[in-house]
Amino acid sequence: MDSKASMPKPSYVSGSVTTAAKILVVGHFAVGKTTYIGSLSEIPPLRTEERMTQASAHVDDLAGAPDKVTTTVALDFGRLTLGDEVVLYLFGTPGQQRFVQLWEDMARGALGALILVDPARLADSFPVIELVEKYGLEYSIAVNSFTDVLYEEAEIREALDLLPDTPVSYCDARDRASSARSLITLVKHLLVRTA
Amino acid sequence: MSVPGEEAAPVSSELVRSYVITGGRRLPSADDLSLHMLVTLAPDRELPLGASPEVRAIWELCAGGYLAVAEVAAHLGLPVGVARLLLTDLTEQGHLLRRSAPPPAKSESRLVIEKVLHGLQSLYA
Ligand SMILES: Nc1nc2c(ncn2[C@@H]2O[C@H](COP(=O)(O)OP(=O)(O)OP(=O)(O)O)[C@@H](O)[C@H]2O)c(=O)[nH]1
Ligand SMILES: [Mg+2]
Repeated sequence: MDSKASMPKPSYVSGSVTTAAKILVVGHFAVGKTTYIGSLSEIPPLRTEERMTQASAHVDDLAGAPDKVTTTVALDFGRLTLGDEVVLYLFGTPGQQRFVQLWEDMARGALGALILVDPARLADSFPVIELVEKYGLEYSIAVNSFTDVLYEEAEIREALDLLPDTPVSYCDARDRASSARSLITLVKHLLVRTA
Repeated sequence: MSVPGEEAAPVSSELVRSYVITGGRRLPSADDLSLHMLVTLAPDRELPLGASPEVRAIWELCAGGYLAVAEVAAHLGLPVGVARLLLTDLTEQGHLLRRSAPPPAKSESRLVIEKVLHGLQSLYA
């Protein structure tokens, strides 16, 4: 064994890639965000963190002060190379986070957001939907199937108070093809909305 | 108990470490280096004399090819803000190349969305 503790070589983005895109995968606690990202990512999902005091441009009196209480928020993300030119990053963070700086950072340059919901706990999704709307992101809903109970789309739409053209898809976040279908539903919607 | 994904950490050695790495400087805003911006080391550059261990690690990592800003942070175990500051320094010194994330213009993002859709459909159709 090499005694030098060198990092394992990461998998680099293909040299032919010219464009990096970002889509957010959001939702309340334990709704399946990390699972979803992992099912689509070509690299082992990565985790990084943001510090909310030092990093915040909005908390001037705390900036640079090392002796303040700080909050750490984890971001999970994965990567998917699409054809020769495009690499898509999927970023997830818990939806109950209300840090302005975190959301601005996440939303900046994002094409849109996929909001994962658990049909048995729809009310838990209100805060995250509100945040996504607040940051002006286009979105679609992916209903994660934790049980075999079928929840009617009409019921879900009504409970979440969705606009008629907001897409609702069903997915199993553990299943790659199923996750991909929900992502395609979102991206089709994004295309319509940028027409 | 702490809220999942949100740990209120009191003064941690981690934080002090960040402070040392950044020299206590204000972290740059994300306007410039978004999480998904791709970066790599420019060809034929020499590591600045007296580079910190963190800068050396970024240098070594980025010499291998393009990675997103968030990937650099994750691979090095640095908070995003700290990684972004070090990457901003290296960019200003001309050591890094970037490959842009798309600008927010609608026509541009439409093109990107089309490419993403075609890519997904050809992988999963
Ligand atoms: N049956 C079923 N279980 C799932 C599905 N998606 C995720 N799970 C399980 O639900 C649990 C939570 O999933 P995570 O992916 O960690 O959820 P998360 O949203 O990342 O959670 P936090 O980051 O803690 O908010 C895990 O045990 C998953 O295996 C699904 O589609 N069906
Ligand atoms: Mg998670």
